[in-house]
Amino acid sequence: MDYAYYPGCSLESTGIEFHASTKAVAKELGINLIEIPDWNCCGASSAHARGHWISLALPARNMAIAEAAGLDVAIPCAACYARSKKVELEVTESEEAKEKIEEIIGRPYTGKSKARNLTEILHNDLGVDAIKAKVVKPLKGLKVLTYYGCLMSRPPEIACDDIEDPIMLDDIMTALGAEVLQWGFKTECCGGSLTACRPQVGLDMTKKIMDAAKKSGADCIVTACPMCHSNLDMRQDQLSKKYGAYNIPVYFVTEMMGVAMGMNPKDLCINRHFVEAESTLGKIGKTSEGGEA
Amino acid sequence: MSNNAVENFEPKILVFACNWCTYAGADLAGTSRLQYPPNVRVLRVPCSCRVNPQFVLRAFQRGIDGVLVAGCHPGDCHYTTGNYYTRRRFLLITRMMDYMGIDSRRFHTRWISGAEGPKFQQVVTEMINEVKAIGPNDKFRDDAKIEVKAVETNE
Amino acid sequence: MERVGVFICHCGSNIGAVVDCARVAEAVRNYPGVAYSTDYKYMCSEPGQEMIQNAIKEHNLNRVVVASCSPRMHEKTFRACVEKVGMNPYMFEMANIREHCSWVHAGKNEEATEKAIDLVKMAVSKVCKNEVLQKGHAPVTKRALVVGGGIAGIQCALDIANNGYQVDILERTPSIGGKMSQIDKTFPTIDCSACILTPKMVEASSHPNIKLITFAELEKVEGYVGNFDVTIRSKARSVDMSKCTGCGTCMTKCPGKADDEFNMKLRKRTAIYTPFPQAIPNKPVIDRESCLKFKSRKEGKDVCGICAKMCPAGAIDYEQEDELFVEKYGAIVMATGYEQFDHSVYGEYGYGKYPDVISGLHFERLVNASGPTQGHIVRPSDHKEPKTVVMVKCVGSRDPEHGKSYCSRTCCMYTAKQATMIRDHCPDTKVYVFYMDVRTPGKLYDEFYNRTREEYGVDYIRGRVSKIYQEGEQLIVKGEDTLLGQQVEIAADLVILANAMIPNPDSEKMAQTVGIGYDKDGWFTESHPKLGPVETHTAGVFLAGACQGPKDIPDSVAQAGAAAVKVCALLSKDQLETEPTVSVVDTKLCSGCGLCVPVCPYKAITLETIQERKGGKTVERQVANVNSSLCQGCGACTVTCRSGSANLKHFTNAQILAEVDALCQTMQ
Repeated sequence: MDYAYYPGCSLESTGIEFHASTKAVAKELGINLIEIPDWNCCGASSAHARGHWISLALPARNMAIAEAAGLDVAIPCAACYARSKKVELEVTESEEAKEKIEEIIGRPYTGKSKARNLTEILHNDLGVDAIKAKVVKPLKGLKVLTYYGCLMSRPPEIACDDIEDPIMLDDIMTALGAEVLQWGFKTECCGGSLTACRPQVGLDMTKKIMDAAKKSGADCIVTACPMCHSNLDMRQDQLSKKYGAYNIPVYFVTEMMGVAMGMNPKDLCINRHFVEAESTLGKIGKTSEGGEA
Repeated sequence: MSNNAVENFEPKILVFACNWCTYAGADLAGTSRLQYPPNVRVLRVPCSCRVNPQFVLRAFQRGIDGVLVAGCHPGDCHYTTGNYYTRRRFLLITRMMDYMGIDSRRFHTRWISGAEGPKFQQVVTEMINEVKAIGPNDKFRDDAKIEVKAVETNE
Repeated sequence: MERVGVFICHCGSNIGAVVDCARVAEAVRNYPGVAYSTDYKYMCSEPGQEMIQNAIKEHNLNRVVVASCSPRMHEKTFRACVEKVGMNPYMFEMANIREHCSWVHAGKNEEATEKAIDLVKMAVSKVCKNEVLQKGHAPVTKRALVVGGGIAGIQCALDIANNGYQVDILERTPSIGGKMSQIDKTFPTIDCSACILTPKMVEASSHPNIKLITFAELEKVEGYVGNFDVTIRSKARSVDMSKCTGCGTCMTKCPGKADDEFNMKLRKRTAIYTPFPQAIPNKPVIDRESCLKFKSRKEGKDVCGICAKMCPAGAIDYEQEDELFVEKYGAIVMATGYEQFDHSVYGEYGYGKYPDVISGLHFERLVNASGPTQGHIVRPSDHKEPKTVVMVKCVGSRDPEHGKSYCSRTCCMYTAKQATMIRDHCPDTKVYVFYMDVRTPGKLYDEFYNRTREEYGVDYIRGRVSKIYQEGEQLIVKGEDTLLGQQVEIAADLVILANAMIPNPDSEKMAQTVGIGYDKDGWFTESHPKLGPVETHTAGVFLAGACQGPKDIPDSVAQAGAAAVKVCALLSKDQLETEPTVSVVDTKLCSGCGLCVPVCPYKAITLETIQERKGGKTVERQVANVNSSLCQGCGACTVTCRSGSANLKHFTNAQILAEVDALCQTMQ
């Protein structure tokens, strides 16, 4: 399984755990990720506020490079995926847009090369059975909440799962042996984009989600979006100072897969979270009474 | 447009109208006193699918200037599916007419319901004006005088 | 020798003011075939008609053309007029010089007169080719079939039976009663649904003219109006109906369990069961999917058999098989009802995930005294009385994106009804209703809705629900109040969704079996949305109830009565008159290619084998044959026919071409 791989800037910085775990897990699962040479920023979070065409041209250049190599693009970051999918749809639906974009980026891009969310590749192309087959350390006894955020589920035309009740992460986590709890905040916005401009509004949104997570009795949250991850992980300290203890680790789905496949948590960068995340892994294999499961 | 179009030319146009929709639509145009040029003659058929393309070709052969086949809107056919056949048949016939050298603008298929008196008025008025601009049909008339000046091009 | 009489009508000044009628009469006087030509002020008047009749006699006319108004107006009048003096009514034609001429060309007298002359010449040319046609006759089987045993089917059957005709009710489930039997109360009177339905069920089952065929399905429909041959599949009940006394002993010890469909799966039922205590016939069936014996047989074993041991009448028959039988009917009424929209497509409502998110029909079972909770309104999850209930309307209705584009018509009223019932049963419970619009057209409906808000204190919130999720024991309902422009969040104990009505999942297949139309959503289509609401395009097949579109009980009952009248009108005839303007096949020309067979929307054309003498030998070959009772005369086959052997009577190729030629001739 060959895919062009677009890590994007998050995975090089705040989402370094996602990068490390994605590469490790993909290798184990036989997914060949070929990093797009000379990739550029996809423009997420800023370009579309600046101008329509620049917001399309930036991801289009990356997609065009992949298309020249004849590969679909695997994108772990939900924001990069959303922007890249948007341009793919734009060029396939409008000949006019295609011509304009090709003119700006100075190379052809026809939309033949598809933007694929990494989670979608794991769930649909590879399938949960193939993942299950690689599990050596089932995540038994771990109660998880899956969190998709807004960028994986909205707008509907780019979503790769049920927009109201997505299930891909649930399926993957169940395959890893974890107990997936139901909650109503799977697709709620975490307020990540408001942390700089309207911090209190953003913090309130994060609080709602973390409150629900606390109430649910889950051990941790599993996500596939580096924006949501850094926001939920980083803001808990702020929340704790204002509203009392918040201490729920937030993992990337690939980190969890790596753990279940028997990898060293440090190799997956699980030691680099804001909320201490290594000790929670100790619950794996234990029943709630403390005995061996 | 042709330079040879006869001045003050009044075309004759034959309308095949299905009994259930278009004929009723033409009746409604009448009861609503919607005026249109007197160049059309309506021929009643039970369904637009009763119109054999041969009838249309025969009319052109005998010198009619334009033919309109009109029936119920797709999905509203009194006989459930008749106008779907009409639609397919006359799509092909239009192409064949071009091939035969009859200007296919002389022929139209339209859906006019029993409630669409104004549409009947509009469709026939537009068609009359269009055919007027094209000029008389003397290509296939049995008594067509084959004269060089009758050969017209659209350029 | 054609001797055509032409009569030009002035219609007072309607035609006469524009068309020079005398000139028209004069212009066609010497036209080929015309033997007599005249004009008159009012042709349709008594003296006008006498004038035509006298002319026929005096001038020995054998064909008549009247140029006046639209044939849609007076064709019948003039056909009757000529028939009175012995002329075949099909030897008459009309030229429309009013609607198509004088009325649309006011002031253009010269051109209008020319046009009128053309139109009359066309009619004359056609009438010269007209042939004598006789109306056909077909016998009528004086028995009706009602498909579906819900309230519409029952009412329709009762009305037909009370008119003295035999009628069979075909019901798919083990009992008649339909959706109404699941409903607890009816709006706007809040009277008990079962109390008004069960007497009708009993009446139907005991009526001497009604036969119930339950647990059976429609397999095939052949034939035509007055003469349908219907194949029915009687599903294996595993209980011998003739021996069973309906004592119910078999059900007491059955170890097989399945979800109780009648109670919306809110409880279990046994594998041998009657759907509900008042079922008619009150004789059980074995559900072979959940019966231990039948399940074990699939694995090569043969266990249980308790019901057979328990049955004092020896009625249990595990070896029963489905049976096919053919019955003859003169008319068919489709009354197959509706189903509930599957709202699991709305992930945001969490239906199926949260046990306390239920549908309206679930609620009807919850509040029903003979339901799983003995009529106590409790949450399915923990059987506690809900303190806050949220009702969501238009779940699947008016939502082309995820659901159906149409309004389901009944939900506004049943939501109001259920809201008042909650307030009645649990006065301390708060009820909120999310709505898009409240639509209450119907007698005493709006008054009921207003009472729901004003007297019962039900809180109506105009807006949609965006999300429902569980928080602890409660369901958090997030939505928008569009009137206040605010987001609202309600912590509810129970959420009731008013889901859309959809046709039976196999309605399209059923429509194809019977040969009637259906719309994009699968509802059966009536022959005319306004003037033919119970008829279908197939003669002899009628519609009753919600199979035609969402309907409440009074509307279903009204339509059932209307369908019954149409059926009785049909069955009251000894013979049916059939229009002679149908297709015929000239077997000499027909090559038997069969292209016309699939083109016919009425399945009127079949291929049959004929024998011919050819070169001294008898040879067999296939030719198309038109069933003139089924043919509706559209003419689709005539154009499809390669050899030109199919022709439509009264609109023959020769007749239409004669009109075309007559028109073109005028151009030379």
